[in-house]
Amino acid sequence: MTTQPGDKSEAARRTGPALAPAHGTGTGTGAGLDPFAALPATDAAAHERLHARLAESAEREGLLDVAYRTLETPVGPLLLAATERGLVRVAYGVQDHDAVLADLADRVSPRVLLAPARLAQAVRQIEEYFEGRRTRFELALDLRLAKGFRREVITHLPDIGYGRTESYAQVAAAAGSPRAVRAVGTACATNPLPVVVPCHRVVRSDGSAGGYAGGAEAKRTLLNLEAAA
Amino acid sequence: MIRLRGVSVSLRPFEEIVTEYGPVVLRVCRAVVGPADAEDAWSETFLAAMKAYPRLPDDARVEAWLVTIAHRKAIDVARAGARRPIAVPEVPEPAASSGGSQQQPAPEWERDGELWDALKALPQRQRAAVAYHYLAGLPYKEIAAVTGGSTDAARRAAADGIKSLRRRLAHHTEERGEEP
Repeated sequence: MTTQPGDKSEAARRTGPALAPAHGTGTGTGAGLDPFAALPATDAAAHERLHARLAESAEREGLLDVAYRTLETPVGPLLLAATERGLVRVAYGVQDHDAVLADLADRVSPRVLLAPARLAQAVRQIEEYFEGRRTRFELALDLRLAKGFRREVITHLPDIGYGRTESYAQVAAAAGSPRAVRAVGTACATNPLPVVVPCHRVVRSDGSAGGYAGGAEAKRTLLNLEAAA
Repeated sequence: MIRLRGVSVSLRPFEEIVTEYGPVVLRVCRAVVGPADAEDAWSETFLAAMKAYPRLPDDARVEAWLVTIAHRKAIDVARAGARRPIAVPEVPEPAASSGGSQQQPAPEWERDGELWDALKALPQRQRAAVAYHYLAGLPYKEIAAVTGGSTDAARRAAADGIKSLRRRLAHHTEERGEEP
């Protein structure tokens, strides 16, 4: 490698030995050797141990603004994120987890860390839900990502019981704005907590499923799961 | 999030910082404070970095920022280490100890100990300059900002340090009767 140590773009990516061969005062025996060859460039076991320790200390020190993890489910990998107040975001794989994390860093706090411990209760309840053993979620929710009318809609959605559906028009009426059918559609499409806040139970007036943030197939899977239970 | 400037570029999730820079900061910590204290220094560094992260300017060089924090933490950790009775890293744990993040089986390079023996023999200033330049890739100007002193002094410390380190390691190799 001939990269100069001060090269900005390279320095960020480099993981290997950073020795420029012709650098400095290499004279005498062993001048060509990388003295740091014995130091591993990456040490996965140590990194994992240190990461877990960081998550634990950050939680203890009140620095863990957003904790997240992913969970494999019948509707694909779900990203789960929680603030100290509660579950703040659930996202489908098709929503691009990296983009969702960047959005959380921007809108909530950049102190975002992979820290599964805070999500333990949410994981347990979501697993029970997909096993057909849970019909309602009992989790602290942080609704800060839903504003105004969208938030009113989101707040009403858990009133639609497990296995039931409502039309966009019915939800609009229940939210006190019967003409805001389109706005209800937007509120559902931008629901920050899909699955847990059941926007999948809102369907078209003709009974067809309608759109869904996680894709039409995910919506059908959830509706079928609830119909079968 | 309060933006002081209208066109602020938002910060990446801190997780990305840990993933991208965690390994190089660990190498730097291992080289500067040695195997026994490296993980404490790393942990203190990233906890302090996470605390300060939301105030990091958009155009800050993350490596230099982390090395600056690591430098302070390394000094703290080394001082704390100096107050401990006697560290005996040569004695391997016979069996896996029950829990406790402090007692991990030493990786191969630690048991060897040769590199740390050679690094330990350098003056602290040279050891820091060598690690920040050759491991973290900082230019001498940034090293001077971290350690204090002039850019020239940082360049000299790194040059003297790497020369001395190579000599010591070559000496070890010869002692073992191997070709360098």
